[in-house]
Amino acid sequence: MKRFFDSELETFRSDLLRMGEVAVRQVRDAIQALLTGDARLAERVLAADDELDALEKQIDTEAIRYMNLRGPVATELRLVIVGMKASHDLERVGDEASNICKRTIRLAAEPPLKPYVDLPRMAEIAIQMLRDALECFIQADQEKALAVVRRDKEVDDLNKQLYRELSSYMIEQPGTTTRALELMFISKSIERIADHATNIAEEMVFLNDAQDIRHDESLKKSKA
Amino acid sequence: MALARPSDFAHASAPAPGTFNPAYIQVKNFSFYYGHNKVLHSLALDIPERQVTAFIGPSGCGKSTLLRNLNRMNDLIDGVRHEGDITVGGRSIYDPLLEVIALRKRIGMVFQKSNPFPKSIYENVVYALRVAGRNGKSELDEVVERSLRGAALWDEVKDRLHESAFGLSGGQQQRLCIARAIANRPEILLMDEPCSALDPIATSKVEELIHELKKEFTIVIVTHNMQQAARVSDRTAFFYLGKLIEYAATPDIFMNPKNPQTEAYVSGRFG
Repeated sequence: MKRFFDSELETFRSDLLRMGEVAVRQVRDAIQALLTGDARLAERVLAADDELDALEKQIDTEAIRYMNLRGPVATELRLVIVGMKASHDLERVGDEASNICKRTIRLAAEPPLKPYVDLPRMAEIAIQMLRDALECFIQADQEKALAVVRRDKEVDDLNKQLYRELSSYMIEQPGTTTRALELMFISKSIERIADHATNIAEEMVFLNDAQDIRHDESLKKSKA
Repeated sequence: MALARPSDFAHASAPAPGTFNPAYIQVKNFSFYYGHNKVLHSLALDIPERQVTAFIGPSGCGKSTLLRNLNRMNDLIDGVRHEGDITVGGRSIYDPLLEVIALRKRIGMVFQKSNPFPKSIYENVVYALRVAGRNGKSELDEVVERSLRGAALWDEVKDRLHESAFGLSGGQQQRLCIARAIANRPEILLMDEPCSALDPIATSKVEELIHELKKEFTIVIVTHNMQQAARVSDRTAFFYLGKLIEYAATPDIFMNPKNPQTEAYVSGRFG
């Protein structure tokens, strides 16, 4: 039976999906700006972060109103709670995209330290994780959500590898320190984006199964 | 002396078309006594047109008494008196030129327990029209269909309109009473705990109906069910010991009540 306030949940869901799309776009554009040294694109990404901030507040307002007035239980309750948490993760994804862009603008003023190999690979995995996590929201695909969680380790490993490589640059050629540090922080931002995608995937498992898989290390160690 | 027609007060002070009067019903410094017992204390509130206003509060707080004053039902009790005034569309319901019967025709009422007459579904809906001497079959048929559709009952009963109303389920009987209440096209619908005798499915149907009906009617509902007030109403008034403690937009009452007594009540800590 359809209820008169079902449309409020539909709006909530579509706002969350919209926020997911904007977050993915922000990360993709930030990485594009980094790889092409496009400071103007980086500036545009920075300016567009407000959209995510506004969506986070809107989703929170809708969730609080729904909990306040509609007394959600079961799946609906999980949807509203998970929606608030996922929107917070997406907002943080946007912040990391902004961090990448600020460093990109500084890097664009200097000659490149090295050809980018691992960073685009990391970013590609992180963006795919984010997309897959959001797809789980649409399709309630538990296997895909668990695969996102397991994939986080790939990004962690690439980040550690880059950390070691960039440390060597700094030790061997102290003149590269500033650029190497910027790239280290960019790598860390991408690693954080993958963490947020992991959080969202875990939230989707909770949404679909009411099962809390956070901090379950055995899940991350097992291969997909 | 010519008696005032009911339409003389309805929407009398309504603003421009397309907007709704935020103070369609005005309760002005209204006190009410059963004998020497003062049960309502200088109440003042404006009830907006074509919205749902919920009255909440613990038993004995005066919410039903106020509701029953809105169509002067309490006049039927011996030894009652009031101070202050209540206006509808700017006109006092105590205006001596106003017929009480005419007033009640413009204000439909639905009670806690469904009370269909021992007649067919059809005759229940058209009862008030027949009393008024309106017996034309095509008019009555049209009213029955419109009212039952309005009460979201038509599809369930259209093939058995001439069977006894007692054959309906509790939820259907209550919706039949709503159909009967709206048959005469009132401006206002008063509902005194309309879902308290219904199961959750029937309750949900009546709540859906309330949401639909507010497009056409000004609705005032008394409810003990806090979640129901939160779900169906636009504004909520909290009463305690005959006093209006707080009156605000429903999201404000349930999200950020200003008065600690309101907060305690809506949180289920007393009452």
